[in-house]
Amino acid sequence: MLIQLKNIIKSYDNGGVVTNVLKGINLSVAEGEFVAIMGPSGSGKSTMMHIIGFLDRPTTGDYLFDNVDTKNFSDDDLARIRNERIGFVFQSFNLLPRTTVLDNVALPLQYSSKKGDAQARAKSALEAVGLGHRLDFMSNQISGGQKQRVAIARALVCDPKVIFADEPTGNLDSKSGSTVMHILERLNNEGKTIILVTHDTSVAMHAKRIVTIRDGDIVADEAVAEAERLHSKEEEEA
Amino acid sequence: MKTFIATFSMTWRTLLARKVRSFLTILGVVIGVAGVIIIISLGAGAQSLVLGQITKLGSNLVGVLPGKSNDSGPPAAVFGVQIKTLTLSDVAAIRDIGNAPNVTDVAAFVRGNTTVIGNGESIDTSFTATDGSYPRVQNVEMESGEFFSDDQANSGANVIVLGYDVATAIFPNGGAIGNIVKIKSSGNSGGSIPFRVIGIQKKMGTVAFQNQDDQVFIPFSIGQRQILGIDYVQFIRAKVNDTANVKSTISDIQNTLRRQHRIGGNDDDDFSVRDLADAIKVLTSITDVLRMFLGLMAGISLIVGGIGIMNIMLVTVTERTREIGLRKALGATRKQIQNQFLFEAIILTSLGGLVGIVFGSIVSFLISIGAQYAGYDWSFIISPFAIIISVGVSVLIGLIFGIFPALKAAKLDPIDALRYE
Repeated sequence: MLIQLKNIIKSYDNGGVVTNVLKGINLSVAEGEFVAIMGPSGSGKSTMMHIIGFLDRPTTGDYLFDNVDTKNFSDDDLARIRNERIGFVFQSFNLLPRTTVLDNVALPLQYSSKKGDAQARAKSALEAVGLGHRLDFMSNQISGGQKQRVAIARALVCDPKVIFADEPTGNLDSKSGSTVMHILERLNNEGKTIILVTHDTSVAMHAKRIVTIRDGDIVADEAVAEAERLHSKEEEEA
Repeated sequence: MKTFIATFSMTWRTLLARKVRSFLTILGVVIGVAGVIIIISLGAGAQSLVLGQITKLGSNLVGVLPGKSNDSGPPAAVFGVQIKTLTLSDVAAIRDIGNAPNVTDVAAFVRGNTTVIGNGESIDTSFTATDGSYPRVQNVEMESGEFFSDDQANSGANVIVLGYDVATAIFPNGGAIGNIVKIKSSGNSGGSIPFRVIGIQKKMGTVAFQNQDDQVFIPFSIGQRQILGIDYVQFIRAKVNDTANVKSTISDIQNTLRRQHRIGGNDDDDFSVRDLADAIKVLTSITDVLRMFLGLMAGISLIVGGIGIMNIMLVTVTERTREIGLRKALGATRKQIQNQFLFEAIILTSLGGLVGIVFGSIVSFLISIGAQYAGYDWSFIISPFAIIISVGVSVLIGLIFGIFPALKAAKLDPIDALRYE
């Protein structure tokens, strides 16, 4: 198993009032899966993704990543996992302003122990999302859909096992959103594990499995029948 | 090394992307470093001016002033206090080869202000009453005519030698030699004394901070008795045959004067004998204190500049909270974030230091040009020491004042940072 959550509890102590955001999550994700985590706002889905993505630690419970218990990992160990094994795609893109597309994509390599030729790797990652012609554009000179594709290229550049996408289409029009989803599908077909967080059913239907969370508990975990799956048509922007 | 270059170029681009902000950030350090450079340069220039003025006199002169002095300060006569212990018999004793064998010439001096009248002109200037050995003691050359002799000086002949500026002011068309000028006596006689011009001194400029061209020379006895109405000597200069003998001559003169003044045992001298090295020491001790004080002021402005950098860096950390969160999500460790911000602070301060050095050098250079234009013998000196200190201090300030914002950035929780709007 790539990801195994065992009885994960996350609680916040807010001036003596303890709030349980996650109330004992058990979840396994195998390599190569395309999982959508669904749920309304406040359900705990973002907290769960932060824990799976090593941006946060559970209060109790075990998290095995690639069959290794992560409980005793140091901050630096977690930083290295985030760098080498995981790619993040955020709703608000989070590109560095006043910086070229190429440099944005090369950013994770700056923190990587195996850099190689950073510029060449960033370039091929951009070509993989169809933006090989926008290398020297500033990140604020391109459209929203292109920004999210740059963010995907940045998530890909260190060749991670799993890509976390938190509402990747939330700030996009439907056409650009469809392009982004298509790229994620293609990456999944190429073997990447994709974990998608969304509250939008039509977006979730691109995944092969949907996990529904409500009030800190998993209330549903079902496979999406191939017949019901939405497939975006490739609509590359000029 | 490759990592370093990559980090540097990234930081450089980050700073370039906010040119105005970066410039304003370093302004405090620029001014501080420029201040240090200017002060050190001006100090060195002023010192070279002082030393130049003194060494123009020649390095083998020994001066005798009335009043005691010790290592802690110059004699009271320097501050204008009248002390009457030196007399012409002291001058004669120093001149005695049995007392001070290495002394070749001795000149006695009294000085005062006066008005010189002649050729329909009237000039306020100063007079120096001395004896015939003056030109030999102070290496004076004549433009025309000649200096008065010892005989003329001792007999009180009414002869006068004009400084170059005085001569050209009264006799703009030449023909001074042989003419009569009158000197107003401020002493007991109250009237004016006629003198025959026998020589004009060559243009000399300022030596030991006296304009040598704006004065007249008259025989010692007239200046002392008739004009000033005093019976003592204001100061004595003795020329030593060789620079190597200056120290031994100082003690020769001291022993002679102690005998003359009947100072016995362990009593203090009532006079002081100094060579130029002593005079230079006194002057540099004064300028050194000034330089230290001004340097301290500049140092304080550097620290203020550093605090300015810290402020802006703290604002920058807050502004870039999302960026920090993103970098952490992409795998940056605490240390890497901390180093990034520390590096930015150091680059900023170093840049400020470099700009400050250039700016300070330009200002120092302009000041030296101005001083030279005003007729001072001022050298433009930028010491490598000042540059090394400035750059070192700038980097240090970047480190000291960058560490707090950098730690603040490193401590940010990636989730909070990513959520930050």
